[in-house]
This record gives sequence, C-alpha cells and structure tokens, in this order.
Amino acid sequence: MVGADREGGAGDLDLALVAHLSRLARLGLTDVEMEVILPQLRAILTAVDRLQEADVSGVDATAQVGGMYDVMREDRVEPGLTAHEALANAPSHEAGLLRVPAIQ
Amino acid sequence: MSLLDLSISELGRRLRAREFSSVELAEEALGRAEALDGSLGAFLRTTPELALEQARAADQRLAEEADPPALCGIPIGHKDVLCTAGVETTAGSRILEGFRPPYDATVVARLARDGAVVVGKMNCDEFAMGSSNENSAFQPTVNPWDAGRVPGGSSGGSAAAVAARLAVATLGTDTGGSVRLPASFCGVVGVKPSYGRVSRYGVIAFASSLDQVGPMAKTVEDAQLVLSSIAGPDGRDSTSSPAPLGDLAQALQEGVRGLRLGIPREYLEAGLEGGVRAVFESACRGLEAEGAELVEVSLPSTEFALAAYYVIAPAEVSSNLSRMDGVRFGPGEPAAPSLLEAYELARNRGFGPEVRRRVALGTFVLSSGYYDAYYLRAQKVRTLVANDFSRVFEKVDALISPTAPTPAFRLGERTQDPLAMYATDALTLPANLAGISGLSVPAGFTSGLPVGLQVLGPYLGEAVCLKVGAAVERAADIWHRIPAGFDG
Repeated sequence: MVGADREGGAGDLDLALVAHLSRLARLGLTDVEMEVILPQLRAILTAVDRLQEADVSGVDATAQVGGMYDVMREDRVEPGLTAHEALANAPSHEAGLLRVPAIQ
Repeated sequence: MSLLDLSISELGRRLRAREFSSVELAEEALGRAEALDGSLGAFLRTTPELALEQARAADQRLAEEADPPALCGIPIGHKDVLCTAGVETTAGSRILEGFRPPYDATVVARLARDGAVVVGKMNCDEFAMGSSNENSAFQPTVNPWDAGRVPGGSSGGSAAAVAARLAVATLGTDTGGSVRLPASFCGVVGVKPSYGRVSRYGVIAFASSLDQVGPMAKTVEDAQLVLSSIAGPDGRDSTSSPAPLGDLAQALQEGVRGLRLGIPREYLEAGLEGGVRAVFESACRGLEAEGAELVEVSLPSTEFALAAYYVIAPAEVSSNLSRMDGVRFGPGEPAAPSLLEAYELARNRGFGPEVRRRVALGTFVLSSGYYDAYYLRAQKVRTLVANDFSRVFEKVDALISPTAPTPAFRLGERTQDPLAMYATDALTLPANLAGISGLSVPAGFTSGLPVGLQVLGPYLGEAVCLKVGAAVERAADIWHRIPAGFDG
C-alpha cells in the first residue's frame, strides 16, 4: 500500500488492490466477482475524485453534527440481556458460549 | 372507502366515539395487506398476532383513559432496520435472516407506549443502502401509482404502504434521503428530523453520523403526531438531543405569512425534469399567496456534497457492518473449516452487490495512504456544506426545493449504474451531512406520478419545516388522492 497521501486513487485501483480490500473486509469475493466490482469501484472513485477540486484550506474536518460533547450518565447497574437471550440468535453455541470454527 | 383513508386525528375521534374498535381497524389494515400487498411488496412480514394483541390493549385504554394518546389504536408499520423484540428483523439482508432481536428500538418502544398497533415490518434496500428498494435481498417493492416504477428508497416499503393505505403511518430511516425520496415518489409526507432529535438505539446502523429515524404519513399533521411520539432524549443514545421539541401541533396552526423562504439556486440546476419544475413553481406561487416571501439563495458547496457523502457513508458502512460476521446472529457458516472462511462465506453469501461495493469502497477510503485524500478531505467538505446552510439560515427561515430531480423512475432503469442511482439523492443528502431538519410533502403530479417538495430547516428546526409543509399541503390539496387499485 502507498505510504504518502495520494491525489486521486481511482487510477491505483486494480485487481490486486480489490483482492486486498476483499481480504481486509472479509468479503470473500471470487475472481469473477472481483472482475465485476473493479470497474464499478473505479467509476465511483473517479466521480468521488471531484473532492480534490474543493478548496478546504483552513477548514476543520467535521467530527459530528449534533453538537453533543462529553455526554455523561449515572454509573448505575441496570438489567441487561440474560446469557440465554444474548445467545438465542447465534447459529452455534455450547455451554453458554458462542461456538465458532477453529482459527487456522 | 377504507378506514385507512382517514387521518390519525379523524380515526382517533371515531375510535373514541366507538364507531369502530382498534381491533376492527387493525383487521382492516391486515386484510388490505393480505389482499393488496402481493403485487406491491411493501411488507417483508405482517404481524397479525402482535397487532391484535396491541389493538385489544388499545381498545381497553380507549375505554378506560380520559385522554388516551393520539396514536392509541392506530395501525403502523416499522422499516425492517428497526429492532422489534421477538419479531424477525432483517434490514432487507440475507445475512440477518431469522434474526429476532431480544429488545425493541427506542422508537418502537415509544410508539408502543403511545398505543400504536404494529401491523408489520416494511421492505427496504439492504441495510438501507439504495434509492429504489431494488437492493432488498428478498423482493422489490413497486410504486403504487405505477407498478412499472420504483417506490424510491431506501424506505420504499414504508412509503408504498402509506400511499396504498395498508398502514396509517410508518417509520423509515433517512441517511441520505431515504425517507424524503420515497415520500416524494409515492406521494406521502416524510420527515427527516435533525441529527439527534430521535434516538438511534435499536436502529440497525448504516452510517451512524448520518442516520435518523423519521415518520411517513398521509398528512403533515399525521407525521407530526408520530414525530412527537418518537422524538426526545434517550439515555441509550448519547447523541440524542435534550433540546425541547416545542409545540409542533401549534406550529401547524400557524401560517407562513412573514416567513422568508430560500430557494437554493444549485438545487434547480442540472437534471431537473420539466414536470417536476412545473409542480415546484406552482407550489412556490401557493406559498407566496399564503404570505411567504421567496428569495433565491446559494449553497455553493453543493457540487461537492455527493462526492463527500459517497466517501463518508461507505467509510461508516465498512466499520458498522463488520459486526455482521455470522457468529452472534444470522445464519452464519458454523461448519466452515476455519474461522476466517466462516467470516468470508457468511459475508459473501449474506451481502448483496450494493453492500459489497460500499464495504469495499469504505475499506479503501479508510486505508493507509488514501485516508487523507478521501476520508479526511470529505469530512472537511462536510464542514463546507454545513457552513453553507448556517450562512443561509441567517437570512431565511427555511429552504424549499424539489425533493428529487425526477419523479419515480422505471424498475431496472438504474440498477446497472451505481452512479446514476447515487445521483437520485443529490438534493436530499446535503441535509444529512449538515445534520439539519427536513421533510418532503406531496406538491402535485406530473404524468400521473407524485412530485414532492422538500423543506429544509435549521438544526432542530422541525417546527418551521412542518409549518411550511402544511402550507404546501393546503395549497396542493391532494393528500386524499389514492392510487388506482388501492381505492376500494
């Protein structure tokens, strides 16, 4: 991956980079799916590259729009989900724990 | 004539007068859904048992309470991104098939508190990503005014159900226009509250800095009644605003005389269809006749808003949707040979094409080497967009524009071209970037298709949006029109 800031990344996008993104995001894209998505992502990024034309010198980045800062609440214990409720939607669980395939 | 043609206040009067019961009203809504939704596709599922249980409780409250809430006994529907305890909630995605949330979203709980009766879960684009409802993994919803056209998205099922009188009101969510756009396409009212006005607790997240829940209804007054029920601070969402909502019912009674309304020049430029322009201009004359002063204003950063949105929203998608891993909910792939393959299989089988595109794009713009050029720059452009609005709201009380450049487009017309689909939201998404209030109200028809007028108000300016919306509604006088085939 490139270290420095890039002005426009649509041109950098190729199958190898799409494969990298698919791995990072756990999308599991097949070769055929990557061939399909590559030109779509390239077209979107080309349109989004319009951003490089905006004059943002001296402009702060928006962090949030609601104007709420440091919202605090009482540190109170409240009833939450039971283990049974929390596990009820899991495709596989055992002895009160989520069960997943082994890490290889 | 159906009972569902009536406004909430009229239904409330008749429920209190015992002309019919809430159970009878719920049965009528469910019966209409059963008979009419097969070709419409607005519901992902109806909830007859829940509805009848809530309706019986509402009837008891109507009999016992001196002043039951306005929504007591009123049939409503929830967009399927809203968690409903024990009722399957999929967000229109295969990856959540079978998911029964163990809790209610705050908005769902508040409507239940006020006696509303849930008749079903409404279809939507997968994880609310889309402008046509064609990205639902389960079924497309069609437009009740023309079955060859889209209802708009992503809250398309919520909009179509209200237009077709299958529910009296519904909830949608609006991240870039997903309440206002389908409201415009289906000829109903849709409100996008200011960011923080309505709790997001229990809303399956799309882009957390942009998402807001909003009501969809036949009239501005109906939408106001639903908004008043769901709005307000919530200890479970620390971004929810403690600011008082004000007397929204009173705002509806006030006219627009003396209000200064801005028309953003940039919103009337590229791609505005002639019929939409004609409806908008006619609505402007109606507002002037009611005493509003109309002035042209400029929002110069509009040209960059779409690009900023399609960096920020996918970035948040890539982060939010990482929880969709098939381990805690959804069908998952528990028999995969390794954990990595389980994740990849679950997500590959579970996500449709648009969700994959946005996750990949979001991963890209957040990745090392591209973060500054895309994500950081987009967040600076977002500041420019918000500053534009702040500047004009020093001079005008609200902004008006068409909600979308065109009326509802044909099914399939934009599915092969993501950029054409994205452009559908060009006039609605700036409000989400800035966090301000807005709504869409039916203003007229072009070639038999509804056209919505968008009202944008300042941050926490719901009252002025409703006031202007009500004036447009009075002048247009079309809210009682029902699409052919649904008027029986």
